[in-house]
Amino acid sequence: TMAATKTSKEQRYDRQLRLWGDHGQEALENAHVCLINATATGTETLKNLVLPGIGAFTIVDGHTVSGEDVGNNTCLRLGSVLWSASVPFLVCKTYGLIGYMRLVVKEHTVIESHPDNALEDLRLDQPFAELKSHIQSYDLESMEKKDHSHTPWIIIVAKYLEKWLSEHNSQPPKNYKEKEAFRQLIRQGILKNDNDVPEDEENFEEAVKNVNTALNPTKIPTAVEDLINSEQCSNITSQSASFWVMLRAIKEFIQSEGNGSLPVRGTIPDMIADSQKFINLQNVYREKAMQDAAAVSKHVECILQSVGKVSCKNASFLRVVCCRSLAEEYSVDSVNKDEITSYMDSPDSEMVLYLMLRAVDRFYQQHSRYPGVYNYQVEEDISKLKLCVNSLLQEYSLNVNIKDDYIHEFCRYGAAEPHTVAAFLGGSAAQEVIKIISHQFVPFNNTFIYNAMSQTSATFQL
Amino acid sequence: MNLLLFSLFREKKRRRVVELTEKMVVDGGTGTRCEWEGRWNHVRKFLERSGPFTHPDFEASTESLQFMLDTCKILVIGAGGLGCELLKDLALSGFCNIHVVDMDTIDVSNLNRQFLFRPKDVGRPKADVAAEFINSRIPGCCVVPHCKKIQDFDETFYRQFHIIVCGLDSIVARRWMNGMLLSLLVYEDGVLDPSSIIPLIDGGTEGFKGNARVILPGMTACIDCTLELYPPQINFPMCTIASMPRLPEHCIEYVRILLWPKEKPFGDGVGLDGDDPDHIQWVYQKSLERAAEFSITGVTYRLTQGVVKRIIPAVASTNAVIAGKGQNPGIVKFAYIPLNNYMVFNDVDGLYTYTFEAERKENCSACSQVPQDLHFSPSSKLQEVLDYLTESASLQMKSPAITATVEGKNKTLYLQSVASIEQRTRPNLSKTLKELGLSDGQELAIADVTTPQTMLFRLSFTS
Repeated sequence: TMAATKTSKEQRYDRQLRLWGDHGQEALENAHVCLINATATGTETLKNLVLPGIGAFTIVDGHTVSGEDVGNNTCLRLGSVLWSASVPFLVCKTYGLIGYMRLVVKEHTVIESHPDNALEDLRLDQPFAELKSHIQSYDLESMEKKDHSHTPWIIIVAKYLEKWLSEHNSQPPKNYKEKEAFRQLIRQGILKNDNDVPEDEENFEEAVKNVNTALNPTKIPTAVEDLINSEQCSNITSQSASFWVMLRAIKEFIQSEGNGSLPVRGTIPDMIADSQKFINLQNVYREKAMQDAAAVSKHVECILQSVGKVSCKNASFLRVVCCRSLAEEYSVDSVNKDEITSYMDSPDSEMVLYLMLRAVDRFYQQHSRYPGVYNYQVEEDISKLKLCVNSLLQEYSLNVNIKDDYIHEFCRYGAAEPHTVAAFLGGSAAQEVIKIISHQFVPFNNTFIYNAMSQTSATFQL
Repeated sequence: MNLLLFSLFREKKRRRVVELTEKMVVDGGTGTRCEWEGRWNHVRKFLERSGPFTHPDFEASTESLQFMLDTCKILVIGAGGLGCELLKDLALSGFCNIHVVDMDTIDVSNLNRQFLFRPKDVGRPKADVAAEFINSRIPGCCVVPHCKKIQDFDETFYRQFHIIVCGLDSIVARRWMNGMLLSLLVYEDGVLDPSSIIPLIDGGTEGFKGNARVILPGMTACIDCTLELYPPQINFPMCTIASMPRLPEHCIEYVRILLWPKEKPFGDGVGLDGDDPDHIQWVYQKSLERAAEFSITGVTYRLTQGVVKRIIPAVASTNAVIAGKGQNPGIVKFAYIPLNNYMVFNDVDGLYTYTFEAERKENCSACSQVPQDLHFSPSSKLQEVLDYLTESASLQMKSPAITATVEGKNKTLYLQSVASIEQRTRPNLSKTLKELGLSDGQELAIADVTTPQTMLFRLSFTS
């Protein structure tokens, strides 16, 4: 039955539903992924996508399609076809002890980035009307101890900030000295018992501890500012993706109801307080958030596009990932010389591994095989590979030095695909695919190198 | 140090000793190996070819591969998310002698990542099914399952392995394993005999984060050296749960901790079983009622289950990554500077890896061999000592049992795990150390689930 299937799926996918939710899972189940080349890396990635429930797969294996192996030629042609069709493309390769991933996606929007350590959105520097009147409903001086000790720290900081502002020409505490003085001011508010000894008021201690972050000015994050000022946001057409329509609506909100700020997020952290005070305070923020979301919705309506879910609480964390195409990476005119040369200032940076992978592809083009596949080839291929390295550097006018050790090492690899590296890469690749499909969490941009020798990795924008 | 080299060296020394373990019966698998052309080509390139970055002591030879295929014996602890990946990685890399220990049975919620299991296997022991799968799919590989707790085995069992790889889900279990391997170390004239070292590779994952580390007991940082790195478990204060809930989680904990024991909804003595949907449904309904009382929103069935079972979200990809990372040092890590032994991974935003050297703690309670001092005044109560043992960040014991030699006789001062002894020794908790007949410099023997060996502490009286 439908209900039974739903429950069994919920049970089976329980541990991952807690990460990307039912809507994320739905996106995965409606997705169709194509795997090209069932290598160890490819099949490992496949396994890691089958398990979480990706809806459909098509597998194309190079050996049956044609004799041609996947050299970079095929990759470039495939890359341009997929670029034109706006289909996200992830290239993965395990070469010896090196793992390589290249993400090619024109414009990938992320509403739910799930940031790890986000700052709260408390608006203490510019309290909205409802928050102001809620703060005013408290009179700390006249409270009984029980209420005093269970007042949320947000109220405490707000109250003492009001006091400070009135005594400091409406200037909030800015530097360390002033913040320390502000903390002292709060501490002085702790109730004292009959012997003039301060009582144990944990909520006041929380207030003191949170002064630093609570005083952070309400600000639109730079990443979001950039998006709002971007071309896609300014020029909304009937072809615009709903992400940009929503962003435009948020921009208009900022310029009107928002008074220069994003919609209120609506959540507050847990804190020492009695249930009623906490819930009441939480509701003030929540209701304001709903109000702001409704205002944004109206703007969206005006922009004449329907958006599935207006997600204002994520406004601070919107991200867009735009990768350069493979053509741009490989073309002599647009190669990212700066990125390459600056990383190569450290000759053992993972960038040298990227250059070696390019050199190895060049070797394949010339000799129709990879270097060092058979034991007897290892020694003689070193000089041949070195020629490829030099021609590569020359073609792109890269004034960098690649140590001979790396040339030797790549001949040693003999294009082996050790399982452990394939497994690592297969896990990493699968997760990036899941990010692209679910539009949650942020994909890398755009080249990832894993060095299994040193267990280190790096991400470059090439 | 190159772990494979290490194991080879140890193996050579072992051959001189009579191997009692050879007499152990090996179950499962055919033991015959069927090779096909080029099967080990990928692995060969790293074991039989020298290179500019290999360890200075490394000698390319065919011996390493033979060792891996014929002799190397690996123990995998846990056949869950990490365990399944590890077993596959090891088997595909050429290891043929593998044992796996796991006391759990398969649950439906395992199937999104523990790929050695199918829906038809639900309810069967993980170790058995995992071994069956690998043995039937990978010719020549022999995985021996043990459906037991790690504590069910002693030194003779653990001593037979060259490397131990852990995919455990509890810190307590990790510490026990850590302690077990430390107890196997042999010191000759105060010098550690390297052949008594069994490397431990430990990994853990949580959502999109994970870590893998290499431990050479007696040489590098052990689990207890870096105990402070582990995040403390979230336990809400009782007053919040009992009278001042604010979050839906508080409401659920209220039902679990206070209401269930009071109302005994499924009968006397029936404990809350997180795997029983009827139990969870009851907790869920009651939590909703509790939340309604305080106008708290957000209680869902999923949240209820998550709180009751302390569920940690998990996906296949992170486990694959960490298993791959963890297995690397054991097999193909011929790094030229093998100092970094702790690796972390996070792919929430792009992909982030970080590798560093976890340092040994000078006075580590597990591996430093430095006698641990307990500083208390003679008028301190035994309860204070107990609190210190459980609350100190570097000890974090769970339910320590304290014994001492008083007037020439062995005396159990307090023991929690056996009800009758707990009752008998409970009054000691409110007695002072002086009243209990303890003196300055006295040795206390303390046992706990976090270590297989009793730990010796020295009582040092403060004025």
